[in-house]
Amino acid sequence: MSDHELRVSKIRDGTVIDHVEAGQALNVLAILGIDGSEGFGVSVGMNVPSDRLGRKDIVKVEDRELSQSEVDVLSLIAPEATINIVRDFEVVEKNRVTRPDGVTGVLSCPNRNCITNADEPIETRFDVVADGVRCDYCATILRADIAEHIDV
Amino acid sequence: MRQDHLITATQLSRDDIEAVLDRARAVADDPAAYADRHAGRVLALCFFEPSTRTRMSFDSAAKRLGMNTIDMGDVDSSSVSKGESLSDTVRVIEGYADALVLRHPSEGAATLAGERVDVPVVNAGDGAGQHPSQTLLDLHTIREDHGLDDLTIGIMGDLKYGRTVHSLAAALTEFDANQHFISPESLRLPRSVRFDLHETGAQIREHEELEPVLDELDVLYVTRIQKERFPDENEYHRVAGEYRIDAETLDAAADDLTVMHPLPRVDEIAPDVDETDHARYFEQAHNGIPVRMALLDTLLKNANPDGDEGTEVDR
Repeated sequence: MSDHELRVSKIRDGTVIDHVEAGQALNVLAILGIDGSEGFGVSVGMNVPSDRLGRKDIVKVEDRELSQSEVDVLSLIAPEATINIVRDFEVVEKNRVTRPDGVTGVLSCPNRNCITNADEPIETRFDVVADGVRCDYCATILRADIAEHIDV
Repeated sequence: MRQDHLITATQLSRDDIEAVLDRARAVADDPAAYADRHAGRVLALCFFEPSTRTRMSFDSAAKRLGMNTIDMGDVDSSSVSKGESLSDTVRVIEGYADALVLRHPSEGAATLAGERVDVPVVNAGDGAGQHPSQTLLDLHTIREDHGLDDLTIGIMGDLKYGRTVHSLAAALTEFDANQHFISPESLRLPRSVRFDLHETGAQIREHEELEPVLDELDVLYVTRIQKERFPDENEYHRVAGEYRIDAETLDAAADDLTVMHPLPRVDEIAPDVDETDHARYFEQAHNGIPVRMALLDTLLKNANPDGDEGTEVDR
């Protein structure tokens, strides 16, 4: 796909998260905890034509690498995403995200009556199930609204 | 059952359940044989929420095994009211007792406690989550009347918040049981319970009325619909009235229908049902003793495999 079609410029160093499900780009930024105040250069493409997905979003973040827990949660809202590490304008690493078996310490449980919301010294833990994630403590299942419960 | 704790009914296999129920039957047949089995051991009763029968039932079961019990008392007078975390509380109590029974208003509390301590933890109710020891005594009651396979059961009332329902429904998937769930729309099974039932391929159907399925049932398990679940008291009275049964309701039922209730009841089962052959809820409550004795015996044996007391499982 050409730069013209992408409508966003290349970056020198950083991460390109490609093949994000259309509409999820801002949630990807939320997972990464990026709201612009950090000073990273951020480019977002939304509803970009894609052979694989029809429409896709793209997020480019300069001078920022992703942690494993960020990639794990990313995989839940953008299971088709590819993560490209860019150095000096070249893609030096290209990875597909894989769905983890579980995510720890990243999501907050939407069940207000869950023990993980009760001021205990405890990290949340969610199992990844067929169509969402499930709290290991109270069994509540979180589906479409995962991005709203990111707590990193 | 080779488990350290009893936290949810979903952790129990058919073999686990049958082993505890077989032992419960042995206990009921010969309680004297179990009287000193765990002498010198201590059971801690940690109830962060009011309870009468579950607390007393565990207390009695432990004492009938020769154990002593310690009770943390009302939450208001304990260190919990000073802001101590559950994690700390159970770690402290672990040093005082050989096993711990926990009731707590938050879902997942027993899971947390089980992660924090090495002594066996029994979940005696965690919010709207699970109540697996109740399920074991429910299953014991059902088994004595009908057996657990080729069973058709109706579970009626508050299916959303009813922890006894969540545990029972999960455990029944280990058996050949058709489950009918009867409730108002607003109190249907929660998504998480439904997910587990579908995962196991269980035979379940949901209804808003009892009448169309009543004559198919071997067991009708009634639960209380609580007033606080409704924003409007009139709405509560209207809904609760539709899920109330009396002796006349049961005219349409099979002669050998067993009516159960985890108790306490308010008015969802009219007193005239008590006089019918269907009523089994008081025996059900009484079954808590042999079943909890069998459960404590099992967990304590798992935790102390080299113990010097009788280790024969089936006498």
